Amino acid sequence: MKDKLIVSPAPHIHDFSSIPKAMWNVVIALLPALAFAIYYWGWRTLFLTVLGVLSAVLTEALIQKFRKVPITVYDGSAVVTGMLLTYNISAGSPWWLPVIGSIFAIAIGKQVFGGLGNNAVNPALLGRAFLLASWPSLMTGNCWKSTVAHKLSASSINGIGNLSAISDSLATISPKAYNLVTGATPLKVMQTLRDSTFINTLTSDPATNIELGNKIFNGLIDVGTLKSMFWGNIGGCIGEVSVFALLIGAIYLLWKNIIEWRIPFFYLLTVAVLTFLLGGIPGLPETKYSLSLPIFHLFAGGLILGAFFMATDYTTSPLTKNGRIFYAIGCGALTVIIRLIGGYPEGVSYSILFMNVMTPLIDKLTMPKAFGKVKK
Amino acid sequence: MKFKTFPGGVHPPDYKYYTSSVPIEEFPIPKKVIIPMSQHVGAPSLPLVKVGEEVKTGQKIAEANAYVSIPQHSSISGKVTKIDTFLNPIGAMSLAIEITADGSDSWIDLEDEPDFLSLPIEEMKNRIQEAGICGMGGAGFPTIVKLSPPEDKPIDTVILNGVECEPYLTADHRLMLEQAEGIINGLKIIMKILKAQYGMIGIESNKPDVIALMNKLLAPEDNLKVVPLKLKYPQGAEKQLIYAATNRKVPTGGLPMDIGVVVQNVGTSFAIYEALRYKKPLVERIITVTGTAVNNPKNLKARIGTPFSDLVNYCGGTKCEIGKVISGGPMMGNALPSLEAPMAKGTSGLVLFNEKEAKTIEERNCIHCARCVDVCPMNLVPSLIAQGVKGGDLKLAVKAGLEDCIKCGSCAYVCPAHIRIVQWVDTGKLRVAAEQQSK
Repeated sequence: MKDKLIVSPAPHIHDFSSIPKAMWNVVIALLPALAFAIYYWGWRTLFLTVLGVLSAVLTEALIQKFRKVPITVYDGSAVVTGMLLTYNISAGSPWWLPVIGSIFAIAIGKQVFGGLGNNAVNPALLGRAFLLASWPSLMTGNCWKSTVAHKLSASSINGIGNLSAISDSLATISPKAYNLVTGATPLKVMQTLRDSTFINTLTSDPATNIELGNKIFNGLIDVGTLKSMFWGNIGGCIGEVSVFALLIGAIYLLWKNIIEWRIPFFYLLTVAVLTFLLGGIPGLPETKYSLSLPIFHLFAGGLILGAFFMATDYTTSPLTKNGRIFYAIGCGALTVIIRLIGGYPEGVSYSILFMNVMTPLIDKLTMPKAFGKVKK
Repeated sequence: MKFKTFPGGVHPPDYKYYTSSVPIEEFPIPKKVIIPMSQHVGAPSLPLVKVGEEVKTGQKIAEANAYVSIPQHSSISGKVTKIDTFLNPIGAMSLAIEITADGSDSWIDLEDEPDFLSLPIEEMKNRIQEAGICGMGGAGFPTIVKLSPPEDKPIDTVILNGVECEPYLTADHRLMLEQAEGIINGLKIIMKILKAQYGMIGIESNKPDVIALMNKLLAPEDNLKVVPLKLKYPQGAEKQLIYAATNRKVPTGGLPMDIGVVVQNVGTSFAIYEALRYKKPLVERIITVTGTAVNNPKNLKARIGTPFSDLVNYCGGTKCEIGKVISGGPMMGNALPSLEAPMAKGTSGLVLFNEKEAKTIEERNCIHCARCVDVCPMNLVPSLIAQGVKGGDLKLAVKAGLEDCIKCGSCAYVCPAHIRIVQWVDTGKLRVAAEQQSK
């Protein structure tokens, strides 16, 4: 017999899960969205993604070498950060944007805190916030249109599937309205509709203004538009537009037990309920909507990407089951508040960042009661 | 059939196929046995014999040293050759009596009392204690204590634990198939002693043969029934079993008797039956010897105190280098430094891993994935317990549930960072005890 038997604490078996397995599964789950991005906007999106990933991985390796700690880039977590960061910029971004974003995300968002497991907020979202603050025009502009050969049909860049439903000659009736519905993301259009001065100056006739506003609103929540949004045939950031592709990845992660249902479920539920209740446009009292408006808000912007891939980030979301529900409801409520009354058309990343910061407090306040604990 | 269960838990592959259809084999009398004085929870037994003394099989060689304690018996006939500290099946050194066999296996006088159910209750309890019976599922709580609840705690339900949720182990499975009637008689005895109305046998769904057999045998009994349980670990943990079977929760810090329930392992039930009927002391039990490194995995009926190395040799030895020796099951069992340790009353299995299976993976930073939280059957936050103990913040560990942990190991089983959470719990419990003592 061997002279040295392994003596280690129980349990002596393991389910073979590991941090690298979890992270690489997230990478796999993010690939369908990349495929759709390449399809719509061409190979440049792949190029940007690879740049983002390489920058993230190299930054992590260099810092770990400098800190004289084991280099753990093989675990895939930096790859995930690089991908998510790039997914949050638009396809027409200059090549250095994902590079700088990823370097910032890894260096300031992760390694400063001591690496994986210690960071306070989601590194990719911090990187995105940094880019948004530093180059707002690149981050909110419509540069995918001019610089990228895209397959989006002209009428659906804005997400409104059927422009003629508004008016055959919108460009002549109101150039302002035409520019809006052909020049922005659906969420931007929705946000602009809430601006009564904008509506009132569409044309010289107040009645026409209201009518146009109503038509634009109806065009946004039209089934055709929602379909475009589902497939991703709209403007937006590289990895956020195709609800379909993201849901494939999300189902994969749920099936593989990498993410848990509570955060995405309560996040999406909160957004749906709140937008159903409060999502109408105050200046357009005539507009009628039913479930189409919450569906619009679920499909729009970065919500699906955020709810399944970013709010669920292990390190920065609560441990406790009830905590996850509070956190998700918080993310949802903040997202809706920013979308409906905030200065930005989209609120997913700031909501998640804010709730990330709340996570330790939420955990503290939601410590579970042990099985069999009697109330005192 | 409706299978009941509890919240949380994990699904490790059960590896029971090695031995689940292998009938129990009688292990021949070993050349020597080592009878530990602490095979149970409570005070160690006090040796009654001296080196050189001749003993018979079943002869009492140590007596209970406190209320929570049990006597020990020689499991073979022969001569006491040593009273010293030996490696015990938990992996520590403790006092034990070594007996070298004379080869005759001559027993003390046994009797046969077919009307054992009519014995007076005091006599029943006396025979159980004199037989040296403690819980045979692993924890080893002296059975007599469980059978003597204070008068203000009436017991209405007795549950036999036939769950055997540890992977690899099939000792209880085979015992239930081959000695079903004895086990049921044991249940009736326990119910009589506790004046309980209802008796149940909890069995996991991976033993359909046992469920069918027990259902058939219990069909004529109005107050006895089988509770089929979902295949999930730790279904056999006492609190989880009680909840699944009766929907009652044992209060934290309390005992099953607080909610009118007593749980006994099926092996214990069989030992109780033999003690009452034959006045037979607990000198043998069923043990599963298995694992990838064992040539012919078997279920053995072996004498208490038999060195593990003898059992392995009887099972055809090993087919490769042994990487790890586990007494008990792989989820809660103890890794041993050597095969020289003896089997005890609570040793239901001996699992040998090959070198590959024995490899340990280094702990990494906790990434707060919360998988441990999702599987914890006690609804605790295991990662924070580990973090609290590691970082010297015992308050945090206690708040996260340190004292309520049942150490089932489900958390460590799923931890992608391979954090040895159970070990941190052990450390934490020791520190809390030390802190309380210094107060």
